[in-house]
This record gives sequence, structure tokens and C-alpha cells, in this order.
Amino acid sequence: MSRHLRVDPIACSGHGLCAELFPEWIELDDWGYPIIDRGPIPNELLEHARRAADACPKLALVVSAQRPRR
Amino acid sequence: MSLPRLLAGTRPGAPLPRAEHLNVHGPCPRGDAELLERVGAAGLRGRGGASFPTAVKLRSVAERPGRRFVLVNGAEGEPMSAKDRVLMRLAPHLVLDGALLAAEAIGASRVVVAVRDEATAALGAMRGAVAERSLGRRVALRPVPSVYLAGEESALIRHLNGGPVKPLVVPPLPFELGLRRRPTLVLNPETLAHLALIARHGPDWFRELGTPEHTGSALVTVSGAVCLPGVQEIASGTPLGSVLARAGEPSEPLRAVLVGGFHGTWIAAEEIPSVALDDHGLTAFGATLAAGVIVALGESACPAQELAQTMSWLAAHSAGQCGPCANGLPALAETVTAIAGGHAPPDALGRLDRWSAQIVQRGACHLPDGAVRFLATGRRVFAAELDEHARHGPCFACRRPTTLATGPAAWRAAA
Repeated sequence: MSRHLRVDPIACSGHGLCAELFPEWIELDDWGYPIIDRGPIPNELLEHARRAADACPKLALVVSAQRPRR
Repeated sequence: MSLPRLLAGTRPGAPLPRAEHLNVHGPCPRGDAELLERVGAAGLRGRGGASFPTAVKLRSVAERPGRRFVLVNGAEGEPMSAKDRVLMRLAPHLVLDGALLAAEAIGASRVVVAVRDEATAALGAMRGAVAERSLGRRVALRPVPSVYLAGEESALIRHLNGGPVKPLVVPPLPFELGLRRRPTLVLNPETLAHLALIARHGPDWFRELGTPEHTGSALVTVSGAVCLPGVQEIASGTPLGSVLARAGEPSEPLRAVLVGGFHGTWIAAEEIPSVALDDHGLTAFGATLAAGVIVALGESACPAQELAQTMSWLAAHSAGQCGPCANGLPALAETVTAIAGGHAPPDALGRLDRWSAQIVQRGACHLPDGAVRFLATGRRVFAAELDEHARHGPCFACRRPTTLATGPAAWRAAA
């Protein structure tokens, strides 16, 4: 089963920890909000994805089996 | 039966009473499972903007267990649209028929009709129609704030559930979690009025007008530089030029046309002959008919001002919930305003490119996506004017009032 990173854009307040922890998948826009690759995360990077999700102070980031809708 | 369908028998300014409504359209059949088939066969798509197949929506709510609702989304937050309030004002019984048929077909006990609170005539007509049929226990009328995001369905539901008029992250979609956290069918008044006619006359009749992909008739709101602005009922796929002709022809030479409103697409005047008004005919321009908003921009208007002021309006109407939208739209608006004023930094266009690419598809709702589309297509069509303003500053037309209404316009008050 493929895994994806999803962000809740309303909950996210742009702390930017996720991009520091998982730069392979997440970059920040000009205001510090994460731009996330919507593709499936390779198994060898899953640990990084989980760590980034766990570190989010707003609990806005999740690793999910569902591909982001948009 | 030819056009008009939805507006058949109506008179300007007054709702069609029940008896006359029945004379014009015939008795209302019952809403049963067969209605879902008929709506599917008719190819009816939502007329609120997203063009989603109505039968799929009906089925998705019908399949949910327990209590469910029908929500008529007549919030009509798009400033250049008036078609829903005109329809509700002139043919309230047709909209009610559609809502009640849909409710019966999906097993919903209650109907909520949300109407923009400024549209007092539409509200009065709907209230009168509900009273005329003694439907007060089944149909609740809810005036909602006249703001842009009120028509966004998650924001509308959140507001009706007691919250602010601000979108929610979806999923869950309304068919899963809607009014009072129950499955809710959300449809636009025009969509429901079409449904009421499909129930009476069948899918083949419905398909007699329109194109195979975009069936039936559609209401459009035509405004700007035309002699007779207002709401028209057209066959889907009608050439844009014919619609402008039916609006009394342009009142001056046109520079461009905006299709789809503030989240729509600019089309240059010389491209008008190649545009047909259905989603298929608009694909080449990256446009959709959406909620049927058509604004003609005359050559006396300043396109740079239209872009700058509308982008500022959109930035002000962001719910401010999502970082990319709350930061990106003001940044885009300031930059376009600086270009229009002739004091933009040298890399202004590069900034617009960068920020547009950054914010698209990153909000909970489609507001930033629509704003980016409006700006991008405006930059395509008005590249020369923007360049001119960037180099030489404001033009003579900059001080005229804009065509795109960022406040209430006189002709809309008539609706």
C-alpha cells in the first residue's frame, strides 16, 4: 500500500519543522508554509515522513494511505 | 419545447403564482428511485460552478444510512452572478418542486433553502411559495451573509451549523457529513429547477437542447459593456457571440470577455467568435461555464485596474485560514496594483509567476486557485496593457469606475 503525506492547510501555521526534518519531500513557500510532494513515499523514506508528521506542533501533517485529492 | 424552459411563463419582477406555475409546467410527479435514473440519463450537471454530475450526488446521499437533508445553495456569493436570485424570484415553485423531488428521491425529511440576505426579492418570493403550499414544516428558509465564500458549500454548511462563514478541509464531503452532521445533498437552485423539469418531461426532452456533453439549457448572467445586461436562458453550447447579441449587443467595442466570474477566465475580444458556451467549447481557453457569469469589458475600461482591484477584493475576501492564501493573495494583489500604478519592482512579473505557482491547490477551498486563474488569463490577454502601465504608470482610463463590481451594482439591485 502506498503512503502519502497530507497537510491540513487550515491547521498548519507554518512552523516549518517538517521541511527541516524531511527536505526530500517538503519545501517551504515564501511565507514558510510547506509545499508537499503528493506522490507515494518510497519505503526507505517512510521513517522520515513519520518523524516529520510527529514533529508538527499543530498536528497538521499526517502520513496517510489516501492520495491527497488536490 | 424550446427556450425558455426554466423561465417559461415568468414576468419580470414578480413570482409565478402556484396555479400559473402548474399551468405552465404541468403537475409535479413524485420523486422516486426512477428519478435518479432519469436525471442520470439526462446528463444533468450542477450549475453552481463545479459541473458535477447531479445523479452521482443524488445517489451518494441516497446510499447513506439514517436521517439526511437537502440544502438548496442559493448563497450566490459571486459578485457578477444574479441568475439564482432571479430564478428564485421569478419561478420559486420550480425551485421548490426540484428540492422536494430530490428530497423524496433520496429519502430526506427536511429541505433547507439558503438565500443571500441582500436578495430580499428572491427571499420574499421563496417565502411566499413555501407559505402558498403550507410547507413550513418541511422547508426552512435561511438568509445567509452576502459574502463571497457563503456559496462555498463547506463554508455554507459550517455557517448553517452555527459556525463562521469559512470553508472546512474536505473530505469529509457534505454527502458524508453535512447539516447537523448528517448526510446532505447540496444543490444549486438552477440545478434543482432543471431536475423538476426532467421529472416532468424526461431525459430525452432535456437533451433536445445543448450538446451531448453539456445537456439542456443554462442560465447566464451577462453584464458589463452590453446594452441589455441581465439574466438569460440559453441552450448549453450557444456561441458566446450570440449571447452578447441577445444582451443587446456590446455598447462599445470590446477588449475582452470574462467567463466564469471572479474565479473565471479572460478571453480576448478577437477570440469571441471561436467560443461556445459549454465546458467542452471553453476547454481550449482553460475555462468552464461554471455558474454562467459573462462580463463584457469595453475598450474604454482599463484592464490593469480591473485586475488590480479584483485581486485586492479577492485577497480581502479570503477566509484567512490557510497560509498560502492568506499571504499569497495580498502579495499578488499588491504586486498587480504596483504594476498598474507604474511603480512595480523590475522583477514584478517573475514574482507573480512564482507566487501563483506556489499557492495553487494549497487552500482548503478553491479560492486561491480561482484567483490565480483569473490573474493568469488576465495576464495573457492584457499583457500589452500591463507592460504599458509598468513602464509609464496610470492611463486615462485608470480613474474610471471598474466594470467588475466590487460593490453592489445598480442593475443587480433590480434583481
